[in-house]
Order: sequence, then C-alpha cells, then structure tokens
Amino acid sequence: MKVTIGLAQIYPKIGAVAANLAAHLDQIAVAKVQGVELLIFPELSLTGYNLQDLVYEVAMHPTEDDPTFKALLAASLAHDMDLLVGFVDTDQRARYYIGSAYLSRGKVVHIHHKVYLPTYTMFDEGRYFAWGDSVAAFDTRFGRVGVLICEDFWHASPPYLLWLDRADLFLFHSASPGRGISSANTLSSAHWVELVNQAYASMFTSYVVHCNRVGFEDGLNFWGGSVVIDPDGEVIAHAPYFEETLLVQTIDLNQIRRTRARLPLLRDERTGLLTSELARILGSAAQPSRDAEPIHFFEGHHE
Amino acid sequence: MTTNGTYTPPVTPAVSTTDPLAKVDAMLAINTDLARTVLVKFIQDGVQKVGFQKVVLGISGGIDSALVAYLAAEALGAQNVIGVRMPYKTSSPDSLNDAQQVIDTLGIVSCTIPITPMADGLITQFPDMSRMRQANIMSRQRMVVLYDQSMAQRALVIGTSNKTEALLGYTTLYGDSASALQPIEDLYKTQIRQLSRQMALPAAIQHKPPSADLWIGQTDEDELGYTYEQVDRVLYLLVEGRYTVDEAAEVGFDRDFVAAVWKRVRLNHYKRTMPNVAKLSRRSIGHDFLYLRDWSG
Repeated sequence: MKVTIGLAQIYPKIGAVAANLAAHLDQIAVAKVQGVELLIFPELSLTGYNLQDLVYEVAMHPTEDDPTFKALLAASLAHDMDLLVGFVDTDQRARYYIGSAYLSRGKVVHIHHKVYLPTYTMFDEGRYFAWGDSVAAFDTRFGRVGVLICEDFWHASPPYLLWLDRADLFLFHSASPGRGISSANTLSSAHWVELVNQAYASMFTSYVVHCNRVGFEDGLNFWGGSVVIDPDGEVIAHAPYFEETLLVQTIDLNQIRRTRARLPLLRDERTGLLTSELARILGSAAQPSRDAEPIHFFEGHHE
Repeated sequence: MTTNGTYTPPVTPAVSTTDPLAKVDAMLAINTDLARTVLVKFIQDGVQKVGFQKVVLGISGGIDSALVAYLAAEALGAQNVIGVRMPYKTSSPDSLNDAQQVIDTLGIVSCTIPITPMADGLITQFPDMSRMRQANIMSRQRMVVLYDQSMAQRALVIGTSNKTEALLGYTTLYGDSASALQPIEDLYKTQIRQLSRQMALPAAIQHKPPSADLWIGQTDEDELGYTYEQVDRVLYLLVEGRYTVDEAAEVGFDRDFVAAVWKRVRLNHYKRTMPNVAKLSRRSIGHDFLYLRDWSG
C-alpha cells in the first residue's frame, strides 16, 4: 500500500489564527493538486509557537462548533485528505494543552496532548500548559499511526510506547528553534533531531515523518528541514532548511514488512521482560536510599 | 532521495589538537554560510513584519557596523539600507574614509551628519567634563540622529552590537545599544571576524584595531586590558559552556583574569535588561504581562 504524504513546512504567525487557517487551506489546495492523501502541519500550526499570554486568546475546541475546525474538517472531507494540525486545546476546566488533531473525512479521529513540556533555557511551556497524560496510537485508513509533538520525542519512552501500541507510521511535528552554531553545516538542534528520528525509524523499523516549521518569533529562528525516513532508517525526503516548503513524498508501507523480514526487532521485543524489569526498577525507586543509589531517576516526577 | 532543497549530511570538521586554547578556538569557529543565511533571513523578517522596507544604521568605519551593512544590503537590497556617517570633531579621518568605503562598495544610500554642534552644546557647558562623559554623550547623540532619520526616512534602526561587548557592558546605554533589532549580538567579536572574512569586507576594516573612536588614539583592547581573542575564549566557556570560573581557569587561563571577566559581565547586566518595575498590581509590565515583541508586528 502506498500513501502520498505532504509536509507543510509553513511559517505560522503568532496569535493570528485566521491568517494561519487561510495558510492551511492554501496548503491543502496545493497539496491536493500533487496527490497528497495525508498532509501534516507543524506543532501549533494554527496559532504560532511562543504564545505566552496569548495562549488564553487562541485556545479552541477541536469540534465542528469551532469555526477553525469546521473549515478544516470540511476541507478534509471535500479533498478526501487526512490532516494533522497543531493548536491550543482547552478543556471544560480551563486547562490548556499543546494539541495535535488528526482529521479524516470530516471527523476528528484523534487528539494528542503534548506530554513533555520543555521548561528550560528559552522554553517556558510549563508556565502555560498542562501536560497530556496519554500516549496512544490510533487506526487510520493508512494503518495504525502514532503522533508526537517535539519534546515528546526528545524522550525515548513516548515513541517506544507508540511502537508497542502497534503504530507503524510515526507522525512527529515540531516548532523547533534553531540553536547551537558551530563549524558544522547544521545547527546542533537540527542535527540532534535528525539523528534521533533516524534512530527511531531504524530501531522501530517504521516510517518516521517529521514536520517542522520555519520563520522567526522575536529572535528565534525555526529551521524547517522536515523529513521522511523509511524503515531502514534512510532519509528519503528532506525539505530545505529555513524555507517555506510543501514536501511531498510517496511512501510504500510494504517496505515495513520487507525490512522486518530482514530485521525482526519488533518480533523479538521482550515486552514481558520490560514489564517485569520496569516493575522492579520502579518498585525499588519507591523506597530510595540516597546513599546506596546515586541516581534517582524518578525523583523529579511530579505526578 | 527526493529533496526540495540542498541537503548534505551534517559534517563537523575534526579538530586534532591537544592545545586547550586551540580547542576553545575550535568551539568558537562558526559555519559562516549558516550564520549568514539565518541573519539575512532574520533581517528580512524583522523589517517586513513591522511594515518597514528600509533600515538605517550608523557606519563608523569599524567591522561591526560594516558587517551589519553587508548583511542588511544582502537582505533588503542596497537601495533599502541607509548608512549614516556621524563624525565628531575628534573622529579619526581614517574612520570616515573606511565608512565611506563600505558605503561605496555596497552602493547603499548614505548621508553624513556631524554631531559636533549638538554634542558640544552639552559638553561645553561642563569645562571639566571627563573623557568618558563626553564619549557617552557622543554615543547618545548618534542615537538621536539615527532615530530622527528613522522617522524622516521611515527606516528601522538596525543595531550593530556584538556579543562580546554586550556581555562586557562595553557599550553606552541608550547610545550605541539602542536599536529595533540586533542581527549580530549573538556573535562574539572573533566570530564576527570569521563572518566578515567570508563576506569579503574591505581588508582595511577587517584588520584594523577595533576602536570606538570616541577619543584620539582609543582602542578597545587597550581600554579593556585584554584582546578579543583572549576574552572570547573565556566568555565562551563561561556563557555557552556554563563553566564555573574555576573550571574555566583550569582550561588554561589566569584565574584572576577569568574572575574579572565574569565580574564585569555581572556588573553590566543592567545594560542588557529592561529597568526593574516596582510591582503593585496583580499583573504588571515586566513581570507577568508577557507577550513577544512580535505581538506588535
């Protein structure tokens, strides 16, 4: 089975939901001409990234009642194109989340809330957002899919959980600021993300698709460089850095079977061992001894 | 592989040296193509998003303002860059000539507005005025000229501060540090030299001793007491590397020098921040009324 995927490497404008929605609809129209069946937008694509106190103004509900989602749902139906968009979600109790919505044929199929909120260096997400508490794969017409947002896949466990939850197609999206200039020909943040995404595709023998935004917010640059990586870990499509682009790539989902015949990592994954060892590790951490255990992995956990 | 752009796998040039200072120099080495790409786009974006087409900047004849002029001309086109020469009566003729060379080479719009009458209007009222006070007045008069030209020509004031001087506070508050955007303030002086080499700035400007030219014979390195090469290494370790003073000294520097640099960074932090606002209300400017600067544009 083949799927034509589009990565809309756009420049969302801070707080400008109407303008960003118009940009989404433009991208959808262009993508349709190129035969795209699944179009992925960056993290917070409808709102811009570093919203600070604008969070409360731009939050929306991912339902037909919301004018932005009404337009996107209609577009997904009219063009028969699945969409992954980024937005600020809010619940009935006035909590705010960095959200991703997967839309298909006029329906909201899945919502993911970012589970890791970077709050260090230039990041301050924890100041504004509640973290999600679920990492779940879901079924689409292209097979089972897992969605993660930026910092979510800087941690190894969310992609791993999605793999165990039977995701074969990983859709990652980001608003990743570029930083770390050296003599190398990419910024260190870009290099790091590309490295780990190639690692996930390789270790999980799955497709990894990463859509990052471009543009500037205050002095921050967003580096783009969206990629499609095949189950052998090879980068098969790479968008330019720093430029608005619609990257289109057809992937062959049968490659997953062929790769796993060569490299049956999923078949051999010992989830029973994982479960028992995790229970042991977590069990011992429940009664930590500062002297005996120099590293306390779970002390920083707030839940 | 399909690609919509140019992609080559990341490559970091290998550094094979046991000299600790050379290792720090290697960390300070930047990919100048990458820096140039980001900075040119930053200028384009920063100017256009606030509804401007032009920038105005002071051209001193030094490397920092020359580099910003080159970047701005590449970003906006030479016709959209206004370079202003603002000599004081003691300014070196070489500075004025070097500034003119930048203007002529790039073909940017230019004007010369001497600051002597306006600066002397204040300076002559205080016969015993120190050299430093006079220097600050000159720097602030240049700010007044640039912001006036900003309104007259509808051009955004683009700054020319570099990271070394900003960290050391080697700058006049509301003088040369005043601007709407700062393209090179995250580059150390030695990195600015690398980018200037790549962008082929006039050789005379690349190689002359850095000077604010605020009095006759002034040079940055005499006034600071160390060279930019020396201090950039220390700043890089302290700031980027998050080394403690002791850890940085262990790399191969005199501890008193490292401590003095870090003290200077601390004492000048007020120049890099907005004034403190006395908080009384529940939501206060400067504390918890938080929007990006880009919110306005």
